[in-house]
Order: sequence, then structure tokens, then C-alpha cells
Amino acid sequence: MRAGRWQRWWLGVAGLGGFLVLLEVVPRSGLVPERYLPPTSRIAGALADELGQASFWRALGDTLEGWAIGLAVAVAAGVGLGLLIGSVPALRAATASTIEFLRPIPSVALIPLAVLLFGTDLRSKLLLVVYASFWQVLVQVLSGAQDVDPVAMDTAHSYRLGRWARVRHVVWPTTLPYAVTGFRLAAAVALVLAITAELIIGSPGLGKEIAVAQTSGAVPAMYALVVVAGLLGVGVNLAARALERRVLAWHPSTRREAAA
Amino acid sequence: MNQAATAARRALLVGGLPLALLALWWVASADSQSFYLPPLREILGVFAGVWLGPRLVDDVLPSLARLLAGFALAAVLGVALGVVVGSSRRLRAACEPVLEFLRAIPPPVLVPIFILVAGIGTTMKVLVIVSGCIWPILLNTVEGVRARDEVLEDTCRVYGIAGGARLRHLVLRAASPQIVTGMRQALSIGIILMVISEMFAASSGLGFTIIQFQRGFAIPEMWSGILLLGLLGVALSLLFRVFEHQVLSWYHGLRRAQRGPL
Repeated sequence: MRAGRWQRWWLGVAGLGGFLVLLEVVPRSGLVPERYLPPTSRIAGALADELGQASFWRALGDTLEGWAIGLAVAVAAGVGLGLLIGSVPALRAATASTIEFLRPIPSVALIPLAVLLFGTDLRSKLLLVVYASFWQVLVQVLSGAQDVDPVAMDTAHSYRLGRWARVRHVVWPTTLPYAVTGFRLAAAVALVLAITAELIIGSPGLGKEIAVAQTSGAVPAMYALVVVAGLLGVGVNLAARALERRVLAWHPSTRREAAA
Repeated sequence: MNQAATAARRALLVGGLPLALLALWWVASADSQSFYLPPLREILGVFAGVWLGPRLVDDVLPSLARLLAGFALAAVLGVALGVVVGSSRRLRAACEPVLEFLRAIPPPVLVPIFILVAGIGTTMKVLVIVSGCIWPILLNTVEGVRARDEVLEDTCRVYGIAGGARLRHLVLRAASPQIVTGMRQALSIGIILMVISEMFAASSGLGFTIIQFQRGFAIPEMWSGILLLGLLGVALSLLFRVFEHQVLSWYHGLRRAQRGPL
């Protein structure tokens, strides 16, 4: 078991190394012109340059700010509304078609509206981030609330638990794993939309820096910023998974995973 | 009688809230003086004139064709690569970090890179759509191929089923529920990228036209574009559900059978 894990780790490192070497060799050999794809070493140099600049850190902060606020609003609204709709059957039946209709509306359709209403303000970024990530959370919480064990619910009724106590002790523990999954999905979507808003609308942040680098022809810097965006995405995924394991440490699925 | 009442109740549940919301929008905006929030009457009034004329052929259909081309290409590439990577434990371990990184790059960020490589033509837009759609399909295929049933695997070996037949009847079949899940995620990403690639740099297309309206302060026209995008999103997801129902009917039947009669 232990040896298998080490082997996997080494293979992963080797794969990553091979990928980086490939990206160094392909442009150097002239297979792809360097002005389209700079070799790894030049991207790394540009990345080091960026890391030394205050404007880069400000852009990173702006992106993370929009991401965090938008995600927090979306999660709060999604969990609140999800529990409310999920625990009242009539409400669930009445809203199902509306949710099915609103969910697939692509959030980027709101870009022109956001520009008109808020310009390049933080608020236009938030509008997109909240709209996109809200549905991820809501849909997960709704299916969680639907999954409540009827026997547990009947037991709660027999013990005369009030509405609030039922939500707290029966519905919430069942919903939590779903809500956390929704949070993980929403965290990734929120980052994509935050950066998209910056790229298209021009709100300050990493996306705007990428657009600026592109128009000014700073190709290695553009690639370096794309790499940063990717690393940010990886970081968000890893953090969300770590949170998932922590919050759900009591849950059978996590316990099984830990034992295996 | 009773049946009719049930049907009416169902119709009310499905249609009630959407109609109420539309009516609310209609009434609340009826004498709106706000420049940015025109009356719904006005938006619907310009809708047909804006989108059903020459723009349907010049902007809307080419956008949809690019979406379809990119999505199909991503599906083929994603499934093919996914089967290769998923079949080998070593290859999977070697590719995992790279794939995780590539998947985590927000796809719109790649638009500037593809503009650099392929200009602002159709190639760039299709490439952008492929680059965003491929990851959910690829990663889900890898998972699906990896988690196939061992008994079926052994059965295939015993009966000497190999090569193309094994691929078709065992590997792809077993992975198909996962592949379809990946394709569903990819479709919604694809719509977003279709719009974004046109908003960023283009001279035609749905996203481009909507941004033009916004820049020209043609507000009712812009709103009609937002409505059209929403309708497209809904229509494509309904179409996909029909497709899923067709492809995975065996799977849903199997699940029902396993759960036993209720």
C-alpha cells in the first residue's frame, strides 16, 4: 500500500516534469514559433518578474476578494433558500420548474447588463459570480433535503421535535454532505466567473492583467498569468477538498475513505 | 374527472410560478421610465425583429454551429484520450497532476492565447470551446473506464472478446453514464465559451451582437439578446436530456431493477 502510494507520487512528479520539459523543447526546436508559445524557462522568468511587482499582488487580491465575497453570498443564499424550499413540499413542487428554467441560463448572458448597471465596479463581478455559483449550491442542497431518511423524520415527529429542531438535527446533517459538494463546485465556478468578469468587463484583477498583457504583446507575461490562474484553480480545489474532509469527518463516506 | 384534476394541479405547479414571475415583470416594468430597465412589452416587441431577420442566419446559427463543432470535437478527443489514460494505472498516475492543473485553468483565460495563435476567426472560437469542454469529458471518461465492473472484465476475457468489440461493449458501455455526465457539464461550459469568445474579439456572432447593442445603448435589443441566450441555454439542456434518455435508457432501467420494485 505504502509502496504503491510512493510509486504514484513519483509517476505524478515525472509526468509533470515531462510536461514542463515538453513545453521547453517544443518552442526551442521551432516546432511552434516562440512568439506563440514561449519556452517554460521564459514563462518562469516572466512569472518571477510578476511576483516582484506590487500591481500583480494587488490584482491577485482583487480577484480573491471578488471570489470570496461572491462565494459567501451565493453559499449563504443557496443554503438558506435550499433548506427553506427543501423542507416545505408545496414550495418545492411550485419552484421546481422555475429552478430548472433559470439554472441553465448562462451567467455570461448577464455581462452586458452588469456593465450597464455597475460599469467595471466590483459589483458587476459579484453579480456574475453570485448568479453562477448560487445554482450549484441550491441544487445540491435541494437534493440533500430530499434525501432525508423518512424513518429519522418520523422518529423526530414522534419525539415532538419542533420545526426548527427537525431542521437542525435531522435535515441539516443529511444535507451537509450535499451542501459541501455544492460549495466545492461553487468555489471553482466562482473563480472562473471572477476571472472572466475581469477579462471581458475589465474589472481590476488577474483577468484584466491577462487582457492587458495580450493587447500589449507581452506574451511570456500573459502565459505566466495564465499559469497563476491555473494554480489558483488548483489551490481552490485542494482547499475545498480539505474542507470537505474536515467538515464531513463524521460522515460514513469519509470514514470509509480514511480506513481504505 | 379525478385524473383531469390531477393534471390541472400538475400544470399549475409546473407553469404557475414562471407565469406569475413573467406577469410580475410585465406589470412592474409596464411604465418603467428607467433607461436600463425597459418595459417587458418593449423587449418582446423588438425580439422578433432583431433575431428572426438576417441576424438568425448571420449571427445566431454560425454561433450554434461553432458550439456544436467544438463540443463534438471535445467529446471525441475527450473520450479517446480518456479511454487511453483510464486503461493504464501507471499512465493515469503520471498524467493526474498535469490534468488537474490544466482543468483548473479557467477556460476564458485561454481566449487571449488562442487569439495569439489562431487570430479571431472561427478556428479560434472552436479551439476555445474545445479547450473548455474537453476536461469534464476527459476526466469523467477516465473515472468511468477505471471503475468498470471486474466480473464483466473477466467474462470478456474468458469469452475471448478483445479489440474493438471489447472497447465497444465493455469499456465504452461501462463508462457511458460517466461520459454523459461529463458531456452535460461540458455543454454548459461550451455555451459560456461560445459567448465569451465572441464578446472578447469577433465581428459576428451572438455574443458580439449583444455587446454591440450594449455599447450602442440599444437597451431593449440588448435585453432581447439576454433573453435569447437564456432560451438557448434552456433549449440545449432539454435537448441534452432527450439525448441522455436515449443513450442511457439501459442504465436507468438497470438502476430501477437493482433498487427493486417499490
